[in-house]
Amino acid sequence: MIHTSRLLGGVAVATALLFGSISSAAAFTACQVTDTGGIDDAGFNQTAWKGVEDAMKEKGIDGRFLESQAETDYEANLNSLLGGDCDIIITVGFLMGDATKAAAEANPDQKFSIVDFAYDPVIPNVLGQVFATDQGAFLAGYLAAGMTKTGTVGTFGGINIPPVTIFMNGLAYGVAYYNEKHGTDVKVLGWDPEAKDGLFTNNFESLDDGRTFAQNLYDEGADIVMPVAGPVGLGSAALAAELGTDKLKIIGVDADQYQTDTEKQNVYLTSVLKRMDSTVQAVIQQAMDGTFKGGVTVGTLANDGVGLAPYHAFEDAVPAELKDEIEKIKAGIIDGSIKVGG
Amino acid sequence: MSDTTSQSSLTEKLLQRAAPGRAEFEDLVVVPIFAVIVALIVGAFIMLATAVDITTIGRSYVALLQGSLGSLNAVSETLTAAIPLVLAGLGLALGFRAGLFNIGAEGQVVVGGIAAVIVGFSMPGLPWIIHMPLALLAGAVAGGLYASIAGYLRAATGAHEVISTIMLNLISYRLLDYMLGLSWMQRPGRSDPVSKSVVSSAELPRLLTDIDPNLRLHAGIFLMIAAVIVVYWLLFKTKTGFEFRASGENPYAARYAGIRASLIIVLAMGTAGALAGLAGANQVLGVLDRTTPGFSAGIGFNAISVALLGRSHPIGVLFAGLLFGALEAGGRQMQVDAGVSIDLIGIIQSLIIVFIAAPLLVRAIFPWGFARPAGRRE
Repeated sequence: MIHTSRLLGGVAVATALLFGSISSAAAFTACQVTDTGGIDDAGFNQTAWKGVEDAMKEKGIDGRFLESQAETDYEANLNSLLGGDCDIIITVGFLMGDATKAAAEANPDQKFSIVDFAYDPVIPNVLGQVFATDQGAFLAGYLAAGMTKTGTVGTFGGINIPPVTIFMNGLAYGVAYYNEKHGTDVKVLGWDPEAKDGLFTNNFESLDDGRTFAQNLYDEGADIVMPVAGPVGLGSAALAAELGTDKLKIIGVDADQYQTDTEKQNVYLTSVLKRMDSTVQAVIQQAMDGTFKGGVTVGTLANDGVGLAPYHAFEDAVPAELKDEIEKIKAGIIDGSIKVGG
Repeated sequence: MSDTTSQSSLTEKLLQRAAPGRAEFEDLVVVPIFAVIVALIVGAFIMLATAVDITTIGRSYVALLQGSLGSLNAVSETLTAAIPLVLAGLGLALGFRAGLFNIGAEGQVVVGGIAAVIVGFSMPGLPWIIHMPLALLAGAVAGGLYASIAGYLRAATGAHEVISTIMLNLISYRLLDYMLGLSWMQRPGRSDPVSKSVVSSAELPRLLTDIDPNLRLHAGIFLMIAAVIVVYWLLFKTKTGFEFRASGENPYAARYAGIRASLIIVLAMGTAGALAGLAGANQVLGVLDRTTPGFSAGIGFNAISVALLGRSHPIGVLFAGLLFGALEAGGRQMQVDAGVSIDLIGIIQSLIIVFIAAPLLVRAIFPWGFARPAGRRE
C-alpha cells in the first residue's frame, strides 16, 4: 500500500505541475536545431548555440534547442518547432539544407536562418550564414608550416561537404604559401585541394574515429593535425594529450577550443574561428527589430566573422617573426593583396 | 563444447521469455504496462539526480504527452515514427517465435533502404501504381535475402545467428558507405555521401498535407496495418506458422515430428528480413526520400525492444511500436519545452526493457497488481 500512496502522490504532483507550468513566455523566442554531434561538442554546434545564449543574456529573449541525433531527425525536429512558438528558427549545418528549404517553403511566414548554407535563388524567409573559413585556415596553415618539425601537417574532415573542405583548402594553401615564401617543402596529408579528395570519417560523432585518424596521420609523420569534424576532433586532442605536444599538436576549429575543451586545452596550437555566435546573435537582432531579410551573410577576416584564435599555451613557442608574418598576411588577405586559393 | 551448450540454453531461456508459449495475460499485458509506469517514475528520479528541478520534470512529462498525442501534428509524428518500428518489430517477433535471436534487423533495414532507393530513383516515368509497390518489393526482397544469409549459415554450418547477424549489420554500414560514393548512386553536384532522390511516383504519398503541409504521416501506415494482419495470420493460422512456433518452442520435438528445421530457419530469417527491409524501404520512400550514412537511425535495434515489449505477438508489437513512436515524438517536445535532454528518452526506453526482462521485479514492486504472488510462477 505504501507503493500505492507514493504513486498517487507522484500523480498529484504531476497534475499540480501541469497547471502551474504553462505560463512562462518571453517576448521573443529563438529556436535552434543542432546538427548531429550534440550541443556540447566544444565546437560547431556549441558555438552556434552560444549565439542564442548570448542573445538570451543580453536581450532577455527565450531560447530553445533541439538536438539532432541522426540525419533522419532534421525534418522531424524542424516540424516540432513549427508550432508557432518560435519567432526565428535557426538550423545549424549544411546537411540541413534540404530540410530547411522544405520547411521554409511550406511555412512562408516563419523566419528561418541556416548556418553553412546559401540558397540560390534566395528564399525570402531564409537568411543563410556562410563563412570564408579558408581565410582563417590559411593563416593556420602558414603557422603550422612554420611550426612543424617533421615537415608534415595533417588534416581530416567529417563529411566531404563544402563547409568542411573549405577549412582544409585554406590549410593546404596556407602551407603552400609558406613553402613558396621560405623555399621549404612542408607536406599536407589528408586533403588534396586539386583532386578535392582526402580523409573523411563520414560522421560528426565518433571520438574513436578522431583518435584513429590522428594516430594514422601521426604515424605518417604529421606532428600538427587539424580535425574538421566537430566533436570527432576531441578524440584527436585526447591522443595529442597522451603523446605530448612535442609529438603532436592540434589546430582547433569553429570555437577557440583552448577555452571550450578545457581538459586538454594545452594541445591546441591555435584554433580557426568561425564566429557563428556573433552571426546568430546578429540574425536574432535583425528578426527582433524587423530588419530581417532573406539572403546570405558572409563572415570574413575583414568583418571578424572568421579569425585565428590566440596561441595561448604556445604563446612563447611561436617565434616572433612568424607571428609578424601572420599579422602581415592577415592584413594582406583583408586588403585583397593576398589571394586565398590555388 | 560446454560453452556452446550453456550459451544456447541461455538464448533458449531468453527466447522463452521473449515469446511465451501460453497466453499468460498477466505477463503479456500487466507486466508491460507496469514496466512503462515504473520506467517513467525512475526516469523522473534520474532527472532529479541530474539536477533538473521538479517543475521542469513535471513540465517535461506534460510535454511528452503533448508531443505524442496532444495535437494532430503530434499524433502524425507518433505514427510516422511507429511505422518502421512496427514493421521491423514484426520481423523480429516472427524470428523470436521460431527460436531465432535475430540482431540483424538494422542491417536488413539498411539493405532494404538501399534497394528501395535504387528502384525509386532509377526508373522515372513508371506509373506510381507499379513503381511504388516495386520499390517496396525491392526493399523487402533485399532485406529477406540479406537475412537469409544468416539463416543459411545457421542451418548449414550451425553458426549462431546472433553473431552472424551482428557481423552482417557492420557489413551493411560499409556497403552503404561504399555505394553512396558510386557515381550512378550519388546525388549530382554533391561530393558527400548522399544518394539521388526518389522520384515522386515511387514515394509513399503523404496523407494529410491538405490539412497542414507539415504533417508527415504517409501511406506506410496502411503497410503497417496490413503487415500486422498478415503476420498474425501467418503465425497462427497457417501450417508454416505452426512450424515456426513449434521449432521455437522445442526444436527437438519439432524435428522428430517431421518439421524440416533447416528450411524453417532459412524461411523464418528470410521473412523476418523481408519485414525489416520493408521498414527500410518505408523510411526511404515515405520519410527521407534518399539514403545517407546512418539513415537507419537505430530502427533495427529499437525494434528488438519493440518485439520484446510486444511479447512477440503481432498485436503486442503494434502497441509497443506505437508506444516507442510516441516516446520518440514526445521526446522532441520534451527537449523543446523543458530543455531536458533527448537522451532521457533512450534511458526510459531502456528501463522499460529492463523491467520487462525482470517480471519478478515488477511483481515485487506492484504485488497488488497481480492475482498470483511473486515467486510462485513456474
